[in-house]
Amino acid sequence: MTDMPDTTTTSDPSYHVPAEGESDDAAGYYVPGEPIVDTKAPGGPIDERWSTRKFEARLVNPANRRKLSIIIVGTGLAGASAAATLGEAGYVVKSFCYQDSPRRAHSIAAQGGINAAKNYKEDGDSVHRLFYDTVKGGDYRSRESNVYRLAEVSTNIIDQCVAQGVPFAREYGGLLDNRSFGGVQVSRTFYARGQTGQQLLIGAYQALERQVQAGTVTTYTRHEMLELIVVDDGEGKKRARGIIARDMVTGAIETHLADVVVLASGGYGNVFYLSTNAMGSNVTASWRAHRKGAYMANPCYTQIHPTCIPVTGSHQSKLTLMSESLRNDGRIWVPKKKEDCDKDPRSIPEEDRDYYLERIYPSFGNLVPRDIASRAAKYQCDDGRGVGPEVDGVRRGVYLDFADAIARLGRDAIEEKYGNLFDMYARITGENPYEVPMRIYPAVHYVMGGLWVDYDLQSTIPGLFVTGEANFSDHGANRLGASALMQGLADGYFVLPHTIRDYLADGPFEKVAEDHPAVVEARESVQRRIEHYLTVNGTRSVDSYHRELGNIMWEYCGMERTEDGLKKAIDLIRTLRDDFHRNVKVLGSADSLNQSLEKAGRVADFLELGELMCIDALNRRESCGGHFRAESQTEDGEALRHDDLYAYVAAWEFTPEDAGESWATPMGTPVLHKEDLTYTAIEMKQRSYK
Amino acid sequence: MRVTLKIWRQPDAATAGAMHTYELDTVSPDMSFLEMLDVLNEQLNAAGEEPIAFDSDCREGICGMCGLMINGEPHGPEVTTTCQLHMRSFKDGDEITIEPWRSDAFPVVRDLCVDRGAFDRIIQSGGFISVNTGSAPEAHSIQVPKEAADRAFDAATCIGCGACVAACPNGSASLFMGAKITHLGELPQGQAERDNRVVSMVSQHDHEGFGGCTNIGECTAACPKEIPLDVISQMNRDLRKALQHGH
Repeated sequence: MTDMPDTTTTSDPSYHVPAEGESDDAAGYYVPGEPIVDTKAPGGPIDERWSTRKFEARLVNPANRRKLSIIIVGTGLAGASAAATLGEAGYVVKSFCYQDSPRRAHSIAAQGGINAAKNYKEDGDSVHRLFYDTVKGGDYRSRESNVYRLAEVSTNIIDQCVAQGVPFAREYGGLLDNRSFGGVQVSRTFYARGQTGQQLLIGAYQALERQVQAGTVTTYTRHEMLELIVVDDGEGKKRARGIIARDMVTGAIETHLADVVVLASGGYGNVFYLSTNAMGSNVTASWRAHRKGAYMANPCYTQIHPTCIPVTGSHQSKLTLMSESLRNDGRIWVPKKKEDCDKDPRSIPEEDRDYYLERIYPSFGNLVPRDIASRAAKYQCDDGRGVGPEVDGVRRGVYLDFADAIARLGRDAIEEKYGNLFDMYARITGENPYEVPMRIYPAVHYVMGGLWVDYDLQSTIPGLFVTGEANFSDHGANRLGASALMQGLADGYFVLPHTIRDYLADGPFEKVAEDHPAVVEARESVQRRIEHYLTVNGTRSVDSYHRELGNIMWEYCGMERTEDGLKKAIDLIRTLRDDFHRNVKVLGSADSLNQSLEKAGRVADFLELGELMCIDALNRRESCGGHFRAESQTEDGEALRHDDLYAYVAAWEFTPEDAGESWATPMGTPVLHKEDLTYTAIEMKQRSYK
Repeated sequence: MRVTLKIWRQPDAATAGAMHTYELDTVSPDMSFLEMLDVLNEQLNAAGEEPIAFDSDCREGICGMCGLMINGEPHGPEVTTTCQLHMRSFKDGDEITIEPWRSDAFPVVRDLCVDRGAFDRIIQSGGFISVNTGSAPEAHSIQVPKEAADRAFDAATCIGCGACVAACPNGSASLFMGAKITHLGELPQGQAERDNRVVSMVSQHDHEGFGGCTNIGECTAACPKEIPLDVISQMNRDLRKALQHGH
């Protein structure tokens, strides 16, 4: 399966139809702002930029490092690796996570593998090819300097992880095994069975715990960041200087001050309520920073994965992904006739089955890219030909059938290849996929959007750095398989430790007092919000609002988006948000473990993020990467990108509404800053897969 | 389905807890066990009773955050994590007892949530290979026989959930510890610190208040990742050698 098959055509002017004039779908929903540029990436040949930047970034004397403090929020691959590395360097590090241990972070759930341009197979891989594949996979919406650096440091990651004892798969000769993943034509994916994320995270976690023992890192588990502290440094520069965190066990509102703050708090896929993210994954750390001045870039860029286990009912709390390698042997179909949809699929004769991917895309068939496969499944279900249990009146599932593969290769061969996935499916659904076709449906899996950062991974707030899925820079409009783990560890082990020192070379910064007005304001705003949630005393649970928001986002800002749908979604979200603040019911107290209260804060932030995502999607009247705008398609109904109009990063600035509420300042009309994307080392092309 | 739930409720570590009984009659066999508790919590919230606190995060059996004693068995009747247990493993009309992990080393935080910080502290004491970022040699300079790599991997699949401790009549964390010692001890990279590692980790384990191992084997039977009992033998062997080496 290829996110981007290697059959691109060059930009044919007849194919590349620009929209009529500069359409401005989001007019009235945003305010145009000044352009934004990355000032940190050095010029010159692309393969020398990172070396140049590392050399130019100022050093911090080892004796000074122990006077410099760093707060890191999140302990996934990006956060744990950064905390360990910066601790080793001798800085004073405070590491925060909402889970009961740093080892629980959701990087742990990644299955497939991690890419690295080692070229161990001598199959033509190189740093440049990994760079090329990643930019192309992102449909030319990522920043080329950042992506090149990612490919460049990918090889160091494997060395580091092996030395830590990560048990990667090996060949009989004792050397590391690789596989080809996500349809790329070289074998560059390192893996540890189907648990690569777990093994890499445990490696980073152990390195982090080693620094705890060494006294350089202090961990704060069951702590949630609820506000960013931004302080004027007296020279007119507002810098990130700390966070307000809630001890989730005692409810204590704590002030943590530092010289610099790093957000490694992951992605916000849970804005869709149902996703493959962990239950606790949330946007609050990023959103609080956004409200304090950090721009949010390309928030509508979401990756939807086609092979997840379908929803079974309104009780559903999360979705489980199954490796898309299943599409190598399974055939996807739905019944041709609506009346067959609730029949035993084995009783439906061949001529009454519609193998729709094979029909529409004869050359790629079941192996079309993720977004195509996902959208096609949606169309079949929208058309009333979905299968599986009816949820809210619609059957949302399609068959993934292994009967032919079992007949051709034998059951043993299929078990050998996919046994663990079949077991997982059987455990969750109670059905035996060797006997009955699997049912699959797309689910939200990853977000490419996130806080805007420059080449140094610094946000628009000086002293606030953002790493991993929480930033936006490397994957453009779509992410290649096995590249999320690579980016998290690249940022944490090899990029941030170099770039952050250039900022810290100006420190230690003047000490901030706990009674500084900016600190007091941040703390009081947290207390006001908590008190607000506990005193609304309405009638609806937090989860019910979250589920409704998720439905709106999935329906109108999911696989296919339209101008009308997005405008409707914005209205619905505004109404829902208003109702939430007047009618939510949160029981219990502020001074104890209170999971409803935790969720209320997260959902309140999702209700604001959701609106911004829709505005961003409304503005981007083009189909690119994983996103399909119905208004921007070829005559054949395929995605059409508009490089002439949208080859930019949409970086959104938060604007508060004038009329404040007692509990918080509502969001106003966001300001759009555009960062133009230029490619010097690669040519922009349109994709084709028919 | 209809089930009767007897659930441990405890406001915090300092306050005594008690079992409470709840009836739930809207259970679907397709629900996961934790989704069943979500439904109960929605019902409680609507009725003005505080929802039951329980831990979970990934809900796909890998993060190790969830873990309940279900009818006296860690993670319930199947060999899996609580989040991957489904209600079809129960019958209509069943009475189900739900408690937190039972161990002195895992104090109750609230209701069904416990504090497993002791596991982190055991890892801090030596559950790692000391290699600073950037100092690693080229990955292919280290060859690992496939058998050793596979055994290391089997041990490394531990998710740190604590079911082994909850299952053990002695409240021992030997399976958890043995898994880490075996994972790192099977690899050439882990040899330099092998003696120190086992001595420090065993010492920390005892300090945390976990009990000793008497080879009962409940731990491995309860382990959702089926970590084999022989990792404890490995740990004992490594400890004996380390002591012989003068540690």
